[in-house]
Amino acid sequence: MKAREMFRIPVISRRTWGVWRRNYDVFMKTYRVNFIPPIIEPVLYLVALGFGLGFFVNEIEGVPYAEYIAPALIGITIMTASFFECTYASFVRMYYQRTFDAIISTPLNVDEVITGEILWGATRSTISAGIMLAVISVFGLASYPLSLLIIPFSFIGGLLFGSLAMCFTAVTPRIDSLNYPTSLFVTPMFLVSGTFFPLSLLPVGAQMFATAVVPLVHVVKISRAVTFGHLTPDLLLSLLWIVVVTAVFFIISVNLMRRRLIV
Amino acid sequence: MDLLDIIRAENLTKKYGTLTAVDSVDFAVNEGEVFGFLGPNGAGKTTTMRMIECVSPKTSGTLTVAGMEVDRDPRGIKRILGVAPQESNLDPDFTVFENLLVFSRYFDIPRKAAESKAEELLEFFQLQGKKDTQIDKLSGGMKKRLILARSLLNDPRILILDEPTVGLDPQARHLIWDLLMRLKERGITIILTTHYMEEAAKLCDRLVIMDIGKILANGSPGELVRKHVASHVVEAKKNGDVVACLQQEGRAVQYEVAGDAIHVFTDRPKETMDRLMTECKISAATVRESTLEDVFLKLTGRMLRE
Repeated sequence: MKAREMFRIPVISRRTWGVWRRNYDVFMKTYRVNFIPPIIEPVLYLVALGFGLGFFVNEIEGVPYAEYIAPALIGITIMTASFFECTYASFVRMYYQRTFDAIISTPLNVDEVITGEILWGATRSTISAGIMLAVISVFGLASYPLSLLIIPFSFIGGLLFGSLAMCFTAVTPRIDSLNYPTSLFVTPMFLVSGTFFPLSLLPVGAQMFATAVVPLVHVVKISRAVTFGHLTPDLLLSLLWIVVVTAVFFIISVNLMRRRLIV
Repeated sequence: MDLLDIIRAENLTKKYGTLTAVDSVDFAVNEGEVFGFLGPNGAGKTTTMRMIECVSPKTSGTLTVAGMEVDRDPRGIKRILGVAPQESNLDPDFTVFENLLVFSRYFDIPRKAAESKAEELLEFFQLQGKKDTQIDKLSGGMKKRLILARSLLNDPRILILDEPTVGLDPQARHLIWDLLMRLKERGITIILTTHYMEEAAKLCDRLVIMDIGKILANGSPGELVRKHVASHVVEAKKNGDVVACLQQEGRAVQYEVAGDAIHVFTDRPKETMDRLMTECKISAATVRESTLEDVFLKLTGRMLRE
């Protein structure tokens, strides 16, 4: 694929929200089931790691262990919600249900279908992060009002991971192949992005590498700062990193999908 | 351009890498007619449909739909098309009625209008009782009818049907044929692909026969039969003596061996029958009128396509 095709600017109208709305309608049909994971998971992690493992950990960066990992759990759910929506769920709609084929026979184009899918992935991140924030707040681990910034921020973070996920979906031959990005990309990020231990424990080279290329590092950094309630200027750099990387991978994902779907 | 042509293709070509799926074809569809594409698997029918639907870009040539060029104004074209694909792409996450409402949104049809249109279409396609049924609980015939109903939500000027009755039982097929004829009466142009000669002969005003990306013949079903084969076929059981007898010099008979039968094409069936019986010692034979299927097999051969 030529670079010019890879970076072609997508053609998008407000019709893209029709795709978002379709996914929203399906989600709301089964909302009870959909709300269980974001409520249960943080409780399990907080109990097992925060209060269990945390019993043996004094403090990290001046806060109890549970308080340290709580915002990381939000960052992780921002990642997983949109990543899994835009990989497995999008793949099922594209490949097995042929939903994308049906939609592009109407006035919508492929660019709008993919954009709608990513917007929906980001929405799932926001829903999950919002629920998780509420749960964490019950444990008294979030400071207000700054913590409310998690809501808009989780949408931006969701766009980031949704765009990255859609690139994988566009090139995967079978649904099983999506296990590769899950095991090689999501799982390592989950563990070493300053989530359960500070990045500063890593060798300096690894720290620099992580800051340069690992998306979750920036998402967790901002989630933590917002939840703790103290903002610093270097967060703007992380936000800029997220915005730029999101824009680039959003454009690439749409064009990879065009290559796959328009033959 | 002829004002009556609602679809017009000139030198239309589609290549996938080195494979030429559609090879410089020309055709024109008049507004209000039922126009068929016949051909074995791999003939290029579905590819041609996909180019008309603006979901597959052409490689070269021109293709206009209602005066709009496919690569210039795909949204304008898609707005006036109804598309019913061969394989179901109904949305399994929704019920029958919800499928229609969700699809209406893609055409910007307001909710109230979409609801009454959906009700009307469910009634037309005899699906009222299935309104709240989940898609996976529908029979094959119901799915086909729902796909047709969905393709009419935007009041299309042109309906594109890819194998509309494949895999259906005779009752379901006849029902769909009746419904299609009623749509035709409303002035909708219908383009269809099919493997069923009977279906093509019954529904199509005009049709083209395609093979390996080319159009081999075009015309009305009756014209094609008259032009390409004799009016009748005498069928007899094959044996070595009969073949040898037919091959004798001076007997300018057109015949074809198909499996264990011999088909002799003739415009004078009685005479041919008598001659076969006296000269070639055939004990039993049957005479029937030629059909579109004879034309099809003559033009595309009997080689199996997969």
